[in-house]
Amino acid sequence: MGATQTRSGQEYQELAERTGFSAEQIRNLHKRFQQLSGNEDTISREHLKSIPALANNPIRKQIIEAFFDKRNQHGNELGSYEEIGFEEFLMVMSHFRPPTLRTTEEEKEAMRKEKVRFLFNMHDTDGDGKITLVEYRKVVEELLSKSGTIGQEAAKAIADAAMLEVASTNVPNMGPDDFYEGITLEHFEEILKGLEMETRMHVRFLDVSTTNVYCGK
Amino acid sequence: MFWRRAAHGRVGFRRSLPELGLLLLATLVLLEGSVLPLGAASSPETGITPGAGVSHGHADKNHSETKHKKPFPVLGLNYDSVKTPFEISLWVLLASLMKLGFHLLPRVSSIVPESCLLIVVGLLVGGGIKLIREEVPPVLDTKLFFYCLLPPIILDAGYFLPIRPFMENLGTILMFAVVGTLWNAFFVGGFLFAVCQIPHASLSHIGLLPCLLFGSIISAVDPVAVLAVFEEIHINELLHILVFGESLLNDAVTVVLYHLFEEFSEAGTVTVLDGFLGVISFLVVALGGVLVGAFYGFVAALTSRFTYHIRVIEPLFVFVYSYMAYLSAEVFHLSGIMALIACGAVMRPYVEANISHKSHTTIKYFLKMWSSVSETLIFIFLGVATVEGPHQWNWVFVTATVILCLVSRVIGVVGLTFVINKFRMVNLTTKDQFIIAYGGLRGAIAFSLGFLLDIEHFKDMREIFLTAIITVVFFTVFVQGMTIKPLVELLAVKKKQEAKRSINEEIHTQFLDHLLTGIEDICGHYGHHHWKDKLNRFNKKYVKGFLIAGERSKEPQLIAFYHKLEMKQAIQLVESGGGSKLPSAMPSTVSMQNIQPKNQPPPPKPTERALPQLTKGREEEIRKILRSNLQRTRQRLHSYNRHTLVADPDEEGFQDIILKKQKMMELDRKIKEMANYLSVPSHPKDSPTMSRARLASGRNTDFIPAQQQKGNKKSPDPQAYNIKLPAGGVPTIQVDLASPQSPDSVNLLDEIGKAEQKEDSGLMMKPPESNGPEKAGEKDGWRDQQKLTRCLSDPGPGAEDDEDEPFLP
Repeated sequence: MGATQTRSGQEYQELAERTGFSAEQIRNLHKRFQQLSGNEDTISREHLKSIPALANNPIRKQIIEAFFDKRNQHGNELGSYEEIGFEEFLMVMSHFRPPTLRTTEEEKEAMRKEKVRFLFNMHDTDGDGKITLVEYRKVVEELLSKSGTIGQEAAKAIADAAMLEVASTNVPNMGPDDFYEGITLEHFEEILKGLEMETRMHVRFLDVSTTNVYCGK
Repeated sequence: MFWRRAAHGRVGFRRSLPELGLLLLATLVLLEGSVLPLGAASSPETGITPGAGVSHGHADKNHSETKHKKPFPVLGLNYDSVKTPFEISLWVLLASLMKLGFHLLPRVSSIVPESCLLIVVGLLVGGGIKLIREEVPPVLDTKLFFYCLLPPIILDAGYFLPIRPFMENLGTILMFAVVGTLWNAFFVGGFLFAVCQIPHASLSHIGLLPCLLFGSIISAVDPVAVLAVFEEIHINELLHILVFGESLLNDAVTVVLYHLFEEFSEAGTVTVLDGFLGVISFLVVALGGVLVGAFYGFVAALTSRFTYHIRVIEPLFVFVYSYMAYLSAEVFHLSGIMALIACGAVMRPYVEANISHKSHTTIKYFLKMWSSVSETLIFIFLGVATVEGPHQWNWVFVTATVILCLVSRVIGVVGLTFVINKFRMVNLTTKDQFIIAYGGLRGAIAFSLGFLLDIEHFKDMREIFLTAIITVVFFTVFVQGMTIKPLVELLAVKKKQEAKRSINEEIHTQFLDHLLTGIEDICGHYGHHHWKDKLNRFNKKYVKGFLIAGERSKEPQLIAFYHKLEMKQAIQLVESGGGSKLPSAMPSTVSMQNIQPKNQPPPPKPTERALPQLTKGREEEIRKILRSNLQRTRQRLHSYNRHTLVADPDEEGFQDIILKKQKMMELDRKIKEMANYLSVPSHPKDSPTMSRARLASGRNTDFIPAQQQKGNKKSPDPQAYNIKLPAGGVPTIQVDLASPQSPDSVNLLDEIGKAEQKEDSGLMMKPPESNGPEKAGEKDGWRDQQKLTRCLSDPGPGAEDDEDEPFLP
């Protein structure tokens, strides 16, 4: 947690082993972290909210929430932090690492699981291990939140249709009495199979120094 | 491009059929050799303007006949004037029959790719013609190829180009297309020159520049061949787009290289300036092509904004603008292929939002049809041309060419991937590299280019070149094309997922886009996603509103996708009318109520108990009636009109069906519930949760009409169904013909057989057979009344509304 301003190379090394980032990438991310936090040790929701480029993102709230979600720290804790340090920040970021040529099949599989889990956690806001219809509707509503009233009207229908689809693909033979409570992680993995998360859910973390890139507050 | 110059030369070396006749020569002269350069008869396919040739023919004939008066011929023979279109039709028919035939031989077509079989057919046909007439018409004419056969294939590819993977891998594709092709050309050309220096090979007359020219011809991967083979092996999207994208984009390189070396080898000297100009020329050809294409795509999108009232010609705009883009690019020697690709890709999103669903289907089918016929013809012609061609087999040259092509491809791919992998996020594995290298098929473009070589200037090497090109084409198409499938299996290369795009995937694709953009923003560097987001925003804000008419310009992608899905399901439902299952989109018994939240203390749900009395057979019967009713409504909407496809320009038909599909799903539920009403005497009051659930599902239904009303003012309000339903009363079958299956009629189960009969007799305009005499008398009366009802409201099953109604706002 104690992200001091003068991190030693050894500390970076340690983080690199835990998150899979290279030392160079960690250095860059740390720079960015300090930039965002105003040279503080921890970062709060307000800091992230004030990123100008994020203002137009329809799912801004969920993205920010994901950073403060304890489930994304590879632990088994529930709940959310008020503030996170650099280590937590890095942990969340590590979900977006691309696979490399050296990644084995098992590692890829693990990576995929992790990525899907991350998405799942974003949707499953109450942490009960299921994305209920209410939660799913919320997701779609957020997604369409930038498109005015048509979006809001359609969101419900779309979420319903999507939920119906999940239910019918995963539990094809449901009696009329049964109730599909929500999407479990397994079902979620199933529906996202076609998207090949392991090769798509990643961003480019720069290896080179980014002193010239300033996207300040 | 370059065949223009050779067009006049073509007439020179046309040694085609003697029966070509003065007639067509006259036509040729009349048209100044510009439209029908090589004589329509010799190449049946040249006739893009067969009408012109025919009419001229008629004029000439009439002249000669007026001279000496003859008795009026009762039966005349006038084959010459129909010859061209007749032969065209014959070729197309042959191609289509062949295509049809292969799919009747499942065992053969699973082993041998279609392209190989077609070439073999071409060889046989060519051989046959040769036996009969001793001369084979030069069917694979360059003009014909580049102006008639190639554009449909490329447009098909461009219009349906999967933009997302294409853009995501653009860097890699460009690298392979530009650097890879250059490397191939120079490697093959250079080494061939070395081979030519071998004594005793009798190749010493071929200089360095012709060798390089040959290298540039043979180095380009051919989109037609790649498409033909890759469509059959169902490789994963990444590999497909890499190889296919390369084959599309290397056109610019080929054009420039071909021009350069042709000029040089005629001039004989090369200066540094020439090389520099070549580079400039490449940029001009490539970017110019893209710009021309984008311009036409933009104009096409704009035009489609205003076609609202004349739906029938919508598809035409897409085809004509694209073809214009191709031709315009050719006028300036730009890359026509790139222009077509750009045009198709630019116009598609806007055009699709503007045009009607039927036009979209038409475009899809026409493109597929044209491209598959073109492709078939190309391969057949390739076979025929092989028989026909002037060949000069030189073992050394041919062997060297084949080996060099393979070697240079492998080295090129491996070397380039090594560089590319340093920049790629998802690296290309060894398997990927192998497939990319192995998928580098050559095809008819190379052959056509070889054919274009100036016969004067390359007189002693043209035949050698052509033979070598044909050999390479055959080698790649036959050997590589046939073995690539087993190899893909053997290497366990990831295949394409067959599953259609589901709404969940669409949601998450969008979600992921925003998520990744957000993460990039938090990381604070502007990457791929950031710029894509910017572009999307710009598109949404300015371009869409300008190019897309009406409400749809503001429609977010997800909603548009949802609508499309709805539409598709509705159509599927109608098309699979006879199926035993409900809409295939919902292949399970899961329905809305299974997923509705009931977080409060679970309410008693007597309505959702399965019904023992209602047998499967009964259910089927009800469904059948529903379905037949549904289809008939659709037929009723179709009245033939030359200018419009349906009476209502705004595809009321499909909207209707969407509506009905939902009603049907609802009804399905109702059918189950209905029986409960029979067994449970009083309808239990819905708990608040259940009401909400009802409301939600009601929303689901009336959501569509809300959309529908946008374009279609006449569309019935969902409430309107209630007009014909006597509130609370038991509808009598005679009056309420439109919805005899209303589940609220208690006697439905007994009456159902009768209802079906009446339904049929009523709508099919047949005299009623088993109904009371009073019906026959009143028939006209009630039919009028019924018509009126139809006008006012949707005739579909509207029964369930009575139940949902109290909860609707």
